[in-house]
Amino acid sequence: MRSFLLVFACTVIGALAQLFLKTGASQMGAHVTLLDVVRSPSLIFRYAFGIISNPSLFFGYALYGVNTILLAMALKGRELSKLYPIIALTYVWVTLLSVFVLHEHINFFRVVGIAAIVFGVSILGLKRVP
Amino acid sequence: MKTPMGAIVLILISSFVGSFGAVFLKLGAERMSGGILSMVKNYWLALGICLYLLSSVFFIMAVAQGDLTLLYPMVSLGYIWTLVWARIFFKEPFTLGKVAGLAIIVVGVALINLGNAGG
Repeated sequence: MRSFLLVFACTVIGALAQLFLKTGASQMGAHVTLLDVVRSPSLIFRYAFGIISNPSLFFGYALYGVNTILLAMALKGRELSKLYPIIALTYVWVTLLSVFVLHEHINFFRVVGIAAIVFGVSILGLKRVP
Repeated sequence: MKTPMGAIVLILISSFVGSFGAVFLKLGAERMSGGILSMVKNYWLALGICLYLLSSVFFIMAVAQGDLTLLYPMVSLGYIWTLVWARIFFKEPFTLGKVAGLAIIVVGVALINLGNAGG
């Protein structure tokens, strides 16, 4: 039960981390493509430096760090397979935060697609047909 | 807002790099003998963390130019690589749940992108 609650908390923290990472990323401005990165690999370091220079990115990474440590604690000695249905909730929280906080528009395809992904991740741990 | 193809490519790269991060973290974790010093000197762990950082840089580049409701769910494609590497490097068998789950994830990602093409 304790590990279930911990993993549940992780999904909320992880989703909040995504919100801050997205906010920070948008502030980084420039639209970079893979070709740009191949041409000038130093872009990787410029963006990595954003972790310290951009407060939103910093906070996002910090939350992600907390999330990773909590998850490691929750999973220690336990089987990951039973926890996939809870981990999949992260996609639900990220979607809700994107719509209500970032005001993103989602269409029918996106809702059904995300629901499918949540279901798909949830059953990853199944060993046989229940 | 329509999410550009460039952002989607970056997400695919991010999830691919991240899946190797998981492999090296596991290799590192298997070689942990306890104590902070052994963790610092653990090159597998360090490599895993570096790959995760690199993966996150590609993720940041991607979400800077597109919707989180499209790009974040696409990170789930990383499960495909992770489970393939787990099979190859750690001899973890494919189960019915994994195969069915991955198939449904792929369908979900396709649907999300179909919605993007439609505007």
